Amino acid sequence: MLLRHTSKEIAERKSLTVNPAKTCQPIGAMYASLGIHGCLPHSHGSQGCYAYHRSTLTRHYKEPVMAATSSFTEGASVFGGQANLLQAIDNIFTIYDPEIIAVHTTCLSETIGDDVPQIFGKAETDGKIPEGKYVFHANTPSYVGTHVTGFANMTKAMVDYFAKQNGHKENRINIIPGWVEPSDMKEIKRIAGELGINFIMFPDTDNVLNSPQTGKFEMYPKGGVTIDELISTGSSSGTVALGGLASGPAARALDSKCKVPCKILDLPIGIKATDRFVDALRKMAGVNVPESINIERGQLIDIVTDMQAYFYHKKVALVGDPDQLVALTEFLVSIDMMPIHIVTGTKDKKFEKKILSLTEEMPYDVNVKSGGDMYLFHQWVKNEPVDLLIGNTYVKYIARDEDIPFIRYGFPILDRIGHSYFPMVCYRGGMRFLEKILDALMNRIDRDSSEIEFDLVM
Amino acid sequence: MTNIPILKERKKQIYHKGEGVFDLTCDTKSLAGSISQRACVFCGSRVVLYPIADALHLIHGPIGCASYTWDIRGALSSGPELHRMSFSTDLRERDIIFGGEKKLYASLVQLIDTYRPNAAFVYCTCIIGIIGDDVDSVCKRATEEKGIPVLPVHSEGFKGTKKDGYKAACESLSMLVGTGSVENIGRYAINIMGEFNIAGEAWTIKEYYENMGLEVVAVFTGDGRVENIKRSHGASLNVVQCSGSILRLAQIMEEKYGIPYIRVSYFGIEDMSKALYDVAAHFKDNPGIMKKTKEIVRNEIDAIYPDLLRYKKALSGKKAAIYVGGAFKAFSMIKALRSLGIDVVLAGSQTGNKDDYEVLRDMCDEGTVILDDANPLELSKYCIEKGADLFVGGVKERPIAYKLGIGFCDHNHERKISLAGYSGMINLAKEVYSSVLSPVWKFAPQRMIS
Repeated sequence: MLLRHTSKEIAERKSLTVNPAKTCQPIGAMYASLGIHGCLPHSHGSQGCYAYHRSTLTRHYKEPVMAATSSFTEGASVFGGQANLLQAIDNIFTIYDPEIIAVHTTCLSETIGDDVPQIFGKAETDGKIPEGKYVFHANTPSYVGTHVTGFANMTKAMVDYFAKQNGHKENRINIIPGWVEPSDMKEIKRIAGELGINFIMFPDTDNVLNSPQTGKFEMYPKGGVTIDELISTGSSSGTVALGGLASGPAARALDSKCKVPCKILDLPIGIKATDRFVDALRKMAGVNVPESINIERGQLIDIVTDMQAYFYHKKVALVGDPDQLVALTEFLVSIDMMPIHIVTGTKDKKFEKKILSLTEEMPYDVNVKSGGDMYLFHQWVKNEPVDLLIGNTYVKYIARDEDIPFIRYGFPILDRIGHSYFPMVCYRGGMRFLEKILDALMNRIDRDSSEIEFDLVM
Repeated sequence: MTNIPILKERKKQIYHKGEGVFDLTCDTKSLAGSISQRACVFCGSRVVLYPIADALHLIHGPIGCASYTWDIRGALSSGPELHRMSFSTDLRERDIIFGGEKKLYASLVQLIDTYRPNAAFVYCTCIIGIIGDDVDSVCKRATEEKGIPVLPVHSEGFKGTKKDGYKAACESLSMLVGTGSVENIGRYAINIMGEFNIAGEAWTIKEYYENMGLEVVAVFTGDGRVENIKRSHGASLNVVQCSGSILRLAQIMEEKYGIPYIRVSYFGIEDMSKALYDVAAHFKDNPGIMKKTKEIVRNEIDAIYPDLLRYKKALSGKKAAIYVGGAFKAFSMIKALRSLGIDVVLAGSQTGNKDDYEVLRDMCDEGTVILDDANPLELSKYCIEKGADLFVGGVKERPIAYKLGIGFCDHNHERKISLAGYSGMINLAKEVYSSVLSPVWKFAPQRMIS
């Protein structure tokens, strides 16, 4: 057993994380930056940081992931990273010719105290930033927050640097999708399209991290929000932000900077959350929900109706990021499943309260932890076994050790494909979620039933 | 695509064989702003020490460094699996201000009490070098109180390149070497160094040596055990693979214990056989060893030769690009691919030194592009220009090759199949064959044109 090192007895750990359920801010910033068209993310730190982020994102997406680094040396750590960043900006525009460089900081550059805007100013004065090209940045020290807040900070920086009011409100809505997969972003865009809404989505990694095989290596794939669009977000009539933690800060920044009112919603995972999303878009844009969307909703509910017996009171343990877990918990409870262990590695004050209120009516005690790790998660599963595990690839050890069906969902997924292409959000994504849940549960029934019980029709 | 510019400074790190004077710049820090495929000091230390399965590996710093290196290396263990867990002091802003020593000490105590490891490695990440935690004295205190060696690894990410990380790991290992009893170690005993047991490769190699009549005291560090490392100074020869990673330790052991070392490679028939013969030649006083070695080599080659010829027939005339971590690997790959009838049109490494590149130049055919610390644009430019059918590289290169419509062979720590030894040569042939001649290329746009 791979994780036989996990003991059932839970001892308090104050100073130690074992088997993390999170990673650091910069990778989230890098992922968000890749959602801008023609953008080269830049890690202001040592070379290892960006190598790890690129490798992890490449393993998750099976796509080339381009980014640059300030390649800190001992000198830079003493005298500051200004020279490195200036040289980097110069080299990047000369060689890689992006439209924009998105700089994120690291624990190293933050602790040294590099002032990135001041360095940008110097680059500007020195003529290192070509006409019509841009640089912007987010502060993402690794010792604050997690990958999720890194994503949120970089998304907010897009607003801080670019969003502008043009004097009047356009008939257009900003959609901030949160940290979801390219496939999810595509689905959210499709729904907005079905509603006939004029919108800007940012960031948008669709067509960036799920690009086709073309026989060419494209440094800057076709997808991503453009800088003009980012500027225009300031004159949109409203913003719908999905996932409070990942998208909230950017939405609020748009409100305070450009007076674009926002609605911050849960990620549209499952029936209720998708209803709220569609309804918010409908109201904000003043449109009617077309029959096509009603049909999708009906199909999702039809699956729940048909297969209700298989969902009934099945215990589930979830680990992942707060925005995802809140929406997923609501979805599971709504189809009569019992999410009883819920762990996120990210500290979020409201998280535990939200989960407890969503699961209030359940006939089981619920374990919930914000700022936990996979070790604690495993211990909870050992102490109170479940019928299904949902989490990123690292949960596979627990699934194997405890012999529990497992669905891969979250970041990173290093050992399966699908997440880049098939959404888990909105009604159709909900249908896929149910298919995955049912496959996992019913494969287990088939595996475990005796020859006598083995059933053809289920 | 192919008329991309090359940075002036980068031109010195690229050489076209047959053109001008060979004076490749290498061993330098990557340029700021370049999309290098390299990693950091911490990464170097982590990959070298990671396979020691009965040791505790605690990463002192913010969470990222632990998360990104959690069980990503397929270094197999035949017993304990403590190395596959991820332990981090998970430093937060408060710790950056007030220091992380207390947290480190408390973590060490709790982990050692819980897991009873045979040794502990404490990896310093970037931030430790800045906030100035006295990791050495925390480790010393834990060693004294817990009765196991607790070793600091000075692997602050910014303090050099991945190679410096190898060195830091070797310094830590050298503190373990010499602390165990060498009783019962025979005259014909060796250490296998620089072999990480990816996909069980160390087991294959160990078996060859044992069949030659040699005793293997310790493997650095594949399927590694603390006890074996402690007594490894009882061996009479260090057999070092993988140029950069563990050479420093072999040098230390030579200075300190007078143990000579030889450098070998286990990839490809030619280098594999040379490795065994070189080791056998070292023990001249026992002609039996050489006799057995010859037998082993003959039998192994006889066993794979017919298959190899079959693959060679199919692959003859194909062209390969090689971009790997250490240059030593590139040498072997060139020979191994040649034995499959494949010509190498691009060869490069992340960390090669001057001598390495001179060897590389001498090995390569006219027109071959030689690169140090290349970026993805350069790699794809030359792949297209040179018409490569195969790319040999690591995780970050794979999707680039695939997008270009080029076959790929993983020669990095993520590979799933053993490429070492004679059986490894057949595995390599099979992998190259299946990728280069994959039917998918019939659908790939690039191939449709040609």
